[in-house]
Amino acid sequence: MARNRKGAIAASMAAVALLVAACSGSGGSTDDPTDPTAAPGDGTSETSDAPAEQTITWWHNATGEPLVSFWAQVGQEFAEANPGVTVDVQSFQNEELQRTLIPNALLSGDAPDLFQQWGAGELAAQVAAGHVKDITADVADEIAALGAVANPWQLDGKTYGLPYTFGISGFWYNTELFAQAGITSTPKTLDELYAAIDKLKTAGITPIAVGAGDGWPAAHYWYHFALKSCSPEVLQQAQAELVFDDPCFVKAGELLGEFIASEPFNEGYLATSAQQGAGSSAGLVATGKAAMELMGHWNPGVMGGILTEEAGEDVSPPEWLGWFNFPGIDGAAGDPNAVLGGGDGFSVHADAPPATVDLLKYILSDDVQARFAEAASSIPTAPGAADAVTDPNLQLVLEGLQNATYVQLWLDTAYGPTVGGAMNDAIVNFFGGSGTPQDIVDAIKASVETL
Amino acid sequence: MSSLTQAGPAVSAGPAPSPARKRRGSGRKWAEIGLFSGPAILVYVGFVFLPVALAAYYSFFNWNGLGPLERFIGFDNYTRVLTDPVFHTALRNNFFVVGASLLVQGPLAIGVALLLNRKMKGRGLVRLLIFIPYILSEVIAGVAFKLILQAPAGGSYGPFDTVLNAVGLGELRQLWLADQKVVMWTIFAILTWKYLGFAIIIMLAGLQGVPEELSEAAAIDGAGWWQTQRYITIPLLGPTIRVWAFLSIIGSLQLFDMVWIMTGGGPANSTHTMATYMVLFGLNRQQVGFGSAVAVILFIISLVIALLYQRFALRRDLEGSLTGREG
Repeated sequence: MARNRKGAIAASMAAVALLVAACSGSGGSTDDPTDPTAAPGDGTSETSDAPAEQTITWWHNATGEPLVSFWAQVGQEFAEANPGVTVDVQSFQNEELQRTLIPNALLSGDAPDLFQQWGAGELAAQVAAGHVKDITADVADEIAALGAVANPWQLDGKTYGLPYTFGISGFWYNTELFAQAGITSTPKTLDELYAAIDKLKTAGITPIAVGAGDGWPAAHYWYHFALKSCSPEVLQQAQAELVFDDPCFVKAGELLGEFIASEPFNEGYLATSAQQGAGSSAGLVATGKAAMELMGHWNPGVMGGILTEEAGEDVSPPEWLGWFNFPGIDGAAGDPNAVLGGGDGFSVHADAPPATVDLLKYILSDDVQARFAEAASSIPTAPGAADAVTDPNLQLVLEGLQNATYVQLWLDTAYGPTVGGAMNDAIVNFFGGSGTPQDIVDAIKASVETL
Repeated sequence: MSSLTQAGPAVSAGPAPSPARKRRGSGRKWAEIGLFSGPAILVYVGFVFLPVALAAYYSFFNWNGLGPLERFIGFDNYTRVLTDPVFHTALRNNFFVVGASLLVQGPLAIGVALLLNRKMKGRGLVRLLIFIPYILSEVIAGVAFKLILQAPAGGSYGPFDTVLNAVGLGELRQLWLADQKVVMWTIFAILTWKYLGFAIIIMLAGLQGVPEELSEAAAIDGAGWWQTQRYITIPLLGPTIRVWAFLSIIGSLQLFDMVWIMTGGGPANSTHTMATYMVLFGLNRQQVGFGSAVAVILFIISLVIALLYQRFALRRDLEGSLTGREG
């Protein structure tokens, strides 16, 4: 009896000892006391004098080929050129990255060193919390070259990230389906767009695919109508001060209501995603099941990625893909040459190893940007790489950007996730048939109150 | 009771040695208790108690999750949650799943378990097949069903709709995941597919506790199969049913994975549950204080229901075993 008892006690003490050892082993890879003035340090941080070994964790939002492999290659090239530096490149799905992964990582203190950054409102919140490194001094040359497109990644004159791609939103369409429906020229006005929608419906073709399931693709319609209805001053004030009293915002909703009433969308659009698989809005257009989609300049790359996934081999964006700018609205109060655009960039974490800034500069170098333009079928920001844009559609997009008198950043990025999320929600509800144009503005104002 | 203490030396001898034994043995007893339950208590406090307490603390602040915790706003978050129509939808959805699970999965599971509770060829295989959906990961099941139930596009229908049409049920084709009137039922159907196997296995296990002699006795008395089930088997299955119902209720209140994967709370916020609401409106919108308030409300609702259930529904089982039947 006594022997069994002693054995039981010995066994349980061994179990407790193992448990304690396991817990302490995974508790943290560094015992450096966290700097109280900065954000909670992450596991990969090192002391400020350049150490021999640096590991850079890099998170980006590309999930389709060939862009995923391209970024991995860029990371590898940088690591090879810089002895002692390892680059851990990780790719994540866009919505998860933006809404869940990055906020969680920043909050938990175990953040990546170089991460996707969409700028403006989101950036402001991250900077206020001390998570982002001020790289103004390090990238002065790049900023001078990039010019105005870098503005969303800057706050109060300081630079907190660099964009590697920037473009404007417009309609990506299937030239063959348009021809089939008898549409001879791309719509230049809203009335011409309505006419085109009617012709497509008569020909039995789904006119427009929209990924309302993800919120923002549907919201972009409202953004465009707001852009056409509101003067640039009102829009700038809205972004800077979050005031939405101007009646032009209600007018935007009214224009949207008319558009939705013409029933141009794919069936079940409230649940369609934007970019995930062949059932997404990008997938529907890529596979010829819908005629057009209002989307940013990354769409050819995304479509190519979806088609590659479906075909199992490397497929470039479809030959029949065309682009036209959002049509003008006669009698609208806004600037007719204003455009809605945005881009992607990367930010450096406040605690990142020093080589991370060099990695960012390498990504923005002309050579890498030129290769990016080809790999992603997208538009680079570095002026030195502008010639690399050979796709005629992207050249149209670039032209639209260069001719614009006012560039408004996507409204949900501009206003930050709290207001942007509530705004997108209200707009999707409106799409679903509940709510009025005034309700959209009320929802935006209510969310500003909660900030 | 007093007559017992005076009954005889055997009883009165009892209390005398025990105080001394208790004093000497109690230290060791507590050491054993501490040693064996210590790690479990530590884990429970660390992973359950502490987060709930922290969430309750955060819920009184307006906090975006990125900066310092400094804007105290009292009960504002709770007011916002309780007056938000989307939260009301989430509450309704949760209780819909609770109710529907009890009313649909329960009888179905009992029925199937009764039918399977006999020696038959391939019984093991059938039980395996029934249990497989439960083993499958929720995320994989969600992704798969999302593909199967996808909306028609460009004239071609999704897999499920195509099959419906092929067997002649073409009029039943719907926007399973995109029509707000239908989507919650779709989600419930998939949840049933996933968890019915679990309920059936539990019921089958409970049925093993029903003595065969009772059914034989009933057969001798001339009872039919259904009468035997109704008056003997099912009442004896009572404790099992009540335990299963408890698990089902708690699981339904915490529903997250399936909804998040298949609809993300959509279309137009119609399929939110309290958990998806918490993640979307709290975490993803950088309103961690608000999300914490939702978490606390979910916790309170679950706790109250669990306590009420234990007090009223499960108490019957305990009473039954205490008073018992003779022989």
